[in-house]
Amino acid sequence: MFAHASFKRKADMPFLQERKEMIKRLELTDLCLFTDARYARHPSMADLNTPFQDYPMSFEHFPSGSLISVPPRLNANTDTQYGLD
Amino acid sequence: MDWIEKQRNIIDFTMSSLVRRKGKNVALIVVYTLVVFVLASVMFFTHAIKREASLILRDAPEMMVQRLVAGRHELIPVSYINTLKQIKGVQTVRGRLWGYYYDPTNRANYTLVVNEDLHSSSGNVTVGKGVLRNLIGKERGTIPIKAYDGSYLFLKIKGTLSSESELVSSDLILISEEDFRRLFGISEEYVTDLTLGVRNAKELTTIATKIVQLLPDTRPILRDEIIRTYDAVFDWRGGMIIVILFGAVMAFIIFAWDKAAGLSAEEKREIGILKGIGWETSDVLMMKFWEGVAVSLTSFLLGVLLAYVHIFFTSSTLFEPALKGWSVLYPNFRLIPFVNAYQVGTLFFLTVVPYTVATIIPSWRAATIDPDSVMRA
Repeated sequence: MFAHASFKRKADMPFLQERKEMIKRLELTDLCLFTDARYARHPSMADLNTPFQDYPMSFEHFPSGSLISVPPRLNANTDTQYGLD
Repeated sequence: MDWIEKQRNIIDFTMSSLVRRKGKNVALIVVYTLVVFVLASVMFFTHAIKREASLILRDAPEMMVQRLVAGRHELIPVSYINTLKQIKGVQTVRGRLWGYYYDPTNRANYTLVVNEDLHSSSGNVTVGKGVLRNLIGKERGTIPIKAYDGSYLFLKIKGTLSSESELVSSDLILISEEDFRRLFGISEEYVTDLTLGVRNAKELTTIATKIVQLLPDTRPILRDEIIRTYDAVFDWRGGMIIVILFGAVMAFIIFAWDKAAGLSAEEKREIGILKGIGWETSDVLMMKFWEGVAVSLTSFLLGVLLAYVHIFFTSSTLFEPALKGWSVLYPNFRLIPFVNAYQVGTLFFLTVVPYTVATIIPSWRAATIDPDSVMRA
């Protein structure tokens, strides 16, 4: 298993490089893992206000939202983070 | 040599004893393998995604600046570029144009990104594999997109992005700036957000502070923050992952508890007979140790191997319904097997060791009782 993983990692390096180049060329910021909600498609740019787009009693209706955690950036106040408290 | 010969004989006896209770032991191995399989699958999947994200997102923009209006992300004026360029240490400032489009024909969401390579080819688009897979009427070679004024733009599909890049490009539609502005009615004075390049990466936080001071209606997002976001993604403490882990750990605890709570009458009688014919307590314990090792190691190896095949050969098929959620468009991606000895070792110590220990305790209790009373019970 480890031997296969090592061999496969080496073999897949050109594809990894291709993805890196695409991210650089198109200035992308996120992986395309979920396409059902904005905050799951681009978690790095998620807002804290997005849950308010839903309806009463619906804390989270997109299944993908229960798979990913809140980005660490949102746990800190942005102003405090950049020394403006 | 004697010791090795003795162990060989005990192992031989253990194996024949396991085969005698074939049905029970096969059921035990199947359940145990499933528990290890679920835990190992989650571990392999989350680690591979995190590792891949940390490697490829190192090429994301160093900093992004977005404008917020009434608490929501808004278009940012192009004039902000000049303000940002005046900040010491800022090397480049570029405007990005991107947005989302919901296709009502197949209920898929696309991400539209303006690409400079398409600057001179208005009316053409390059699409991700996921877009093409789900597009209704793809044989026509065009993609109809409804503009802000209700008119339709029939964009010609000039090319597709490679299937190897699906993890980042599955839902992308690369479009020219002219078509993008026409579709969404965005004037030349605005872009979606800005990306910054700086001379010295150590100054990023200082520059971010200056940006918030100069343009209070904006929020800077640093590349490090993007990478950390994916480090926290699929965190074991959150959401469904904790549910899966909790289920697997509970199953395992019930399992080990059942073993530790005591032996069956048949097993006790076997120990009594062995003691009666001259086996020592240490031999009985050694036999039970080998029994635990045989069951747990077989299940562990099977579970880990099946999880490896599941994640890296079948693109995590069993996780797909959960990952797909409500998405119509889901990328077909094969993860790179970032597997290391630390992960497998952790799983080993969490599953094999407690089980083996749990099998020895009740055997020690039975082995220390008088053989006569054990056989009569």
